Amino acid sequence: MVTAVTSMGRSGLYDWLMQRVTAVILLAYFLLLGWVIIGGVDYVSWKALYSQTWMRVFSLLALLSLGMHAWVGLWAVFSDYMTERLMGTTGNVLRFLAQVVCAIIMFTYVVWGIQILWGF
Amino acid sequence: MRLPITAWTSIAHRASGVFLFAGVGVLIWMLDESLAGPESFAALQECLSSVVFKLVIWAVMAGLIYHSVAGVKHLIMDIGIGETMEGGTRGAQIVIGLSAVLILLAGVWIW
Repeated sequence: MVTAVTSMGRSGLYDWLMQRVTAVILLAYFLLLGWVIIGGVDYVSWKALYSQTWMRVFSLLALLSLGMHAWVGLWAVFSDYMTERLMGTTGNVLRFLAQVVCAIIMFTYVVWGIQILWGF
Repeated sequence: MRLPITAWTSIAHRASGVFLFAGVGVLIWMLDESLAGPESFAALQECLSSVVFKLVIWAVMAGLIYHSVAGVKHLIMDIGIGETMEGGTRGAQIVIGLSAVLILLAGVWIW
């Protein structure tokens, strides 16, 4: 059995619920973005939208949701295919390395996003 | 490989999720460029007119559309709708059909 030490909330039920909560937040955010972009944007209206506090808060919420959602999702994928059963000890090492790489990428996305949202 | 249709939609949901993890990097980069100033906004628009970039955007949008549609199907099943064998197959068919239409529309919109 793969222990829950690298999962999001150390509990399958918690991860299951957070995966759905973050999914709905992300869906709402991308639907909003799609609606705005299809309606047509220029620099002035785009900047005005992202200058508003609610849009920055919603964007950061979406970004943090993405972090959790990707962590739970990638954990599920890695812990299915990079396993001791399939690869021996290599599986455990590979899975851990993959998770570290993903964590660093995700952390970069979050910090980068904060810099964009509050830096322009 | 001969697998049931539900297996294919499940694998595609996973694959599109892994793909989007990289695709989001492109989206954040675009957000950065679009907000950095009027010049970089215009440069991004210029960039978006190239065929290669249109293909990249279409690929990310396709991943986003498929992953979203398959995800909504999950939420519907969580409520208890379509949990039978036939319901699962029907749901998978709807996911493929609906996302194919939406991805096609996205392509038309991009070009």
